[in-house]
Amino acid sequence: MSLDTTDSYVTEDGRTIGGVVMEMKNITLRFGGVVAIKDISFDIREGEIRAIIGPNGAGKSSMLNVISGFYHPQEGEVWFHGRKRPSMKPYQVAAQGIARTFQNIALFDGMSVLDNIMTGRLTMMKSNMLQQAIWFGRAEREENQHREQVEKVIDFLEIQAIRKTPVGRLPYGLKKRVELARALAAEPKLLLLDEPMAGMNVEEKEDMSRFILDVNDEFGTTIALIEHDMGVVMDLSDRVVVMDYGKKIGDGTPDEVRNNQDVIDAYLGVAHD
Amino acid sequence: MVQDQTAAGAFDSIPALLARNVKLHGTRPAYREKEFGIWQSWTWAETSEEITHLALGLLALGIERGDTVAVIGRNRPAHYWAIVAAQMCGAIPVPLYQDSVTEEMAFVLDHCGARFVICGDQEQVDKVIDAQETIKHIEHVIYYDKRGMRKYDHAHLNWYHDIQEEGRVAHQRLEPELNARIAELNYDTTCVMLYTSGTTGKPKGVILSNRNIIESAKNSSEFDNLSAGEDVLAYLPMAWVGDFIFSIGQAYWTGFCVNCPESADTMMTDLREIGPTYFFAPPRVFEGQLTNVMIRMEDAGRVKKRMFDYFMEHARKVGPAILDGKPVSGWDRLKYRLGDLLVYGPLKNTLGFSRVRVGYTAGEAIGPEIFEFYRSLGINLKQLYGQTEATVFITQQPDGEVRADTVGVPSPGVEIRIDDKGEVFYRSPGVFVEYFKNPESTASTKDAEGWVATGDAGFIEPETGHLRIIDRAKDVSKMADGSMFAPKFVENKLKFYPNILEAVVLGAGRDKCTAMINIDLSAVGNWAERNNISYASYQELAGHPKVLDMVQAHVEEANRSIAEDTMLSRCQVHRFLILHKELDADDGEMTRTRKVRRNIVEQKFADLIDALYSDKSEQYTETEVTYEDGRKGKIKATLQIRDAAVVDTASAKGMAAQ
Repeated sequence: MSLDTTDSYVTEDGRTIGGVVMEMKNITLRFGGVVAIKDISFDIREGEIRAIIGPNGAGKSSMLNVISGFYHPQEGEVWFHGRKRPSMKPYQVAAQGIARTFQNIALFDGMSVLDNIMTGRLTMMKSNMLQQAIWFGRAEREENQHREQVEKVIDFLEIQAIRKTPVGRLPYGLKKRVELARALAAEPKLLLLDEPMAGMNVEEKEDMSRFILDVNDEFGTTIALIEHDMGVVMDLSDRVVVMDYGKKIGDGTPDEVRNNQDVIDAYLGVAHD
Repeated sequence: MVQDQTAAGAFDSIPALLARNVKLHGTRPAYREKEFGIWQSWTWAETSEEITHLALGLLALGIERGDTVAVIGRNRPAHYWAIVAAQMCGAIPVPLYQDSVTEEMAFVLDHCGARFVICGDQEQVDKVIDAQETIKHIEHVIYYDKRGMRKYDHAHLNWYHDIQEEGRVAHQRLEPELNARIAELNYDTTCVMLYTSGTTGKPKGVILSNRNIIESAKNSSEFDNLSAGEDVLAYLPMAWVGDFIFSIGQAYWTGFCVNCPESADTMMTDLREIGPTYFFAPPRVFEGQLTNVMIRMEDAGRVKKRMFDYFMEHARKVGPAILDGKPVSGWDRLKYRLGDLLVYGPLKNTLGFSRVRVGYTAGEAIGPEIFEFYRSLGINLKQLYGQTEATVFITQQPDGEVRADTVGVPSPGVEIRIDDKGEVFYRSPGVFVEYFKNPESTASTKDAEGWVATGDAGFIEPETGHLRIIDRAKDVSKMADGSMFAPKFVENKLKFYPNILEAVVLGAGRDKCTAMINIDLSAVGNWAERNNISYASYQELAGHPKVLDMVQAHVEEANRSIAEDTMLSRCQVHRFLILHKELDADDGEMTRTRKVRRNIVEQKFADLIDALYSDKSEQYTETEVTYEDGRKGKIKATLQIRDAAVVDTASAKGMAAQ
């Protein structure tokens, strides 16, 4: 498989990977004097699982924040569906079909799992505050529709038993799953996962891996994820971007990346001169 | 509903009963299932349509008379339909335990010779595909839940709805054949084949005919006056005979509604939402619920706690008597009413037992305190005694004659006999046809006159006619000095403490008894939290000195109670240890129905048993464990061994003799 073709192809396990949906062109992001991302370019294809890996502080989460519109790079362009994306607010990006989860869980602790997941559909709600307050006509119809979609996600992620439980009472692994559920409720075309498996035990990791694969398979969702567990990354992803000190040091299939000398150096810790 | 006694002759198969129910109760709900947060329901008429279309689809796939159809999945209406659809085609349905690992499943799939397998989801399909490496007779696999199945090779794999759709389309062509096959069914046709979980050796396939199922369902429904208005919750394994008789036998006979939970984890919520009128649970479910209630009451506010304690004490005093219709003073009745308003009613509602008219527990002995707790709340909980080979029912307790220590009087149509060694035998219309492909076992279990050995030792109380079970006949043995040793008797005494989940008592051929104990993580964990004891793992908690102290107190209390039994006073526990891991079916230490496999436990923990019968106060051990995905690992631990005080009955007797 070569990286510069624009045609779609079929993977070994029978999934179709389409053309490029998102392209990062020469992105540079600075915070004052600190350069978090330095001239990085890569693309994400439709239907693929794209991993971003690298040692701590490599700039992975910053990269994800650029994609989600939370950070605005000083240099470079973000192309989405063949068009250059203007500078956008995160909610505008979300409306384009990009949803994400966070490295540190960002849920509403006091609200139930169901309500938390419902917030994932907020961008799609059309009824105004007055209609919602008096619960009439459009508001009621809308909520029923959204609830139906949310229930499908609950079923998909097998969290029926905690539907009414306040999120604050859940263990860590389940909170991560609820966060994924909220992202899925938005029916995203591109799903960004920031360390979906951090702090999980082996069994929870296996569950989460299965859910990620199933999401990709069932809904055809394109997924970009950051992950530290190399075993997971190599098993899950179709292509991997490797970052170190804000620079891209590798890009390719898991096998290609695994044999890349720069990547091996970065992970084994060769002295920087 | 009034059933004509002779009517059973005309309705001599489950499909025939289905047709009758469509006529009698066509618009009443037959099945409900919670999905996507809502209870979906199917009337008898809709159910009949679903089943018929599936049966037609199976015909289109080429199902033959006498084929076996394995059904693997959790309790869902579609899986029950698959069973009846197989029957319609003249095939034999074989429900399997869905949580069994590949090798266990492979054994059963191989033994039953399944040509068709109907799976609930991808997990089960994967196991069947693994098993197909060695088993060549499986021709078609059908799955119900589509998720994750897209990438599979569908040459011999079909979606349940597709099969139904094929049947729907081909109904003109195939209906005459289907109707002919349904008409061929009679009382002697095999209704179902159920594999016993097998406390000893490999599982055996028990063949039950339509006669067995329908007669047993009829008799037991009449015994408890079950009607078409009942609601049951189907949550116990479909491969277990109890679920088959409740969710299919009795449901089709009386026409009541079977409700399926959303998932295994939501069972308690679903129970509360449905509020069944007829409920069955093994003792561990009742124990678990009671433990939960008690834990929550410990955390409750002072006023609530005192109110709970006050009224529960009153309920314990008069509740069972009121339930049994015995005379109780007006004042006590009034107070009970008030308690019902303030405590019992809300509590029953929380537990999901507000509407329970008849509740049964069976499978294991239930602790008297647990049993009395539910009865004092006004829940008509009763015990029954049965086994797969009897199509469940051997004895059961009639209303008004309920006690914790007996299992009741012979069920209608059942004869009981106790042989000279104390083993219980029975004969009934429910007695199984045979073990599949195993004439030797059939012959050794069932004699020419139709008497079946239960393998349990017991006796009939002369005054009441109630049966009392002591232990498994083969487990009852002698100690070194010739006195009687009944491990289950002691284990049950120990297990009645909420902190003790499981106990294995040893002593056959020895001079004294010892015990290996499993703590209950939720109960002991909560206790630890309240007493500021920190722990990182089950193993650490199990080895904590204070936990050992607590368990020691339980053992010594149990010893005092055992000492009062004249026959079994020598079975007091002299030394004990707390195991570092929970006994688990995945490690082969228990059956899937959670009965301890004694010989395996004894082999596996031989080093610990040696230590129990030495003077050591601790023992190092390594144990192999199997994870749910089949990988193996090792647990290492050093276990404390404690001596427990015993009541010295032997020397007291000896002195008296001198």
